[in-house]
Amino acid sequence: MASNQKYYHITVKSTTENLAVIRDFVKDAAADCGCDNSTIDKIILAVDEASTNIIKYAYNYRSDKDIEVKVKFDKKNFAVEIFDNGNSFNPANYKEPDLEKYVKEKRVGGLGIFLIKKSCDEVKYEILKNKTNKVTLIKKIK
Amino acid sequence: MAEFNVSTRNIGSVDIIELKGYLDAHTAPQLEKTFNELINSKKFKVVVNFDKLSYISSAGLGVFMAYVETMRENNGDIKFTNLQDKVYNIFDLLGFPMLYEFFTQENEAVKKFGEAE
Repeated sequence: MASNQKYYHITVKSTTENLAVIRDFVKDAAADCGCDNSTIDKIILAVDEASTNIIKYAYNYRSDKDIEVKVKFDKKNFAVEIFDNGNSFNPANYKEPDLEKYVKEKRVGGLGIFLIKKSCDEVKYEILKNKTNKVTLIKKIK
Repeated sequence: MAEFNVSTRNIGSVDIIELKGYLDAHTAPQLEKTFNELINSKKFKVVVNFDKLSYISSAGLGVFMAYVETMRENNGDIKFTNLQDKVYNIFDLLGFPMLYEFFTQENEAVKKFGEAE
């Protein structure tokens, strides 16, 4: 690792109330990194969406679980790693949302992952050896 | 905790929903409640004013997707007005402008309902 890399981390309980805490944490780190406002907004949205999916799908709204967020950045990349110990997500099962169809059927779904993909340069899902799920969101710094 | 507020008022037969603050998975249920109350009162013509909304995530976008068809089935609609650029950009990413009408002025959105009558 380059010596000029910076590192931050926070662990919060899996409540929707804590989404604001996670957003503020990532916003401060991105501001410290010197990202422009548009880049900061995209990072915040991607991290919010990934954390929301963990609360909803990995933990089924159980509020006593942990969400760990790590931020690393250097001059080229801003990387956010988010860890949970709930149900794993298989990106192979993901389908892009068809907005018109969803509206007619009065349903939603898949919007969050779509926004994550649009907001980041790289998205990676992993299941670690201890069954921990890890999602990595990378934004290139202009 | 994220600041969020929903308030409603009406102009003639059109109901205005004013949003303030941060609309995410934590605060979206408050907006769902407002839509349920409008539907229960048979009010289907809705203009959402985003002037004071600083942030939206897919949980918020999903509320508009879940309720718009009910409004349209009852000769109403959900129209959007006064969005900050960064909020509009998220609607745009998902293709909302193909399916919903966006306005820059609230009175234009309200007037559009009048024209349809």
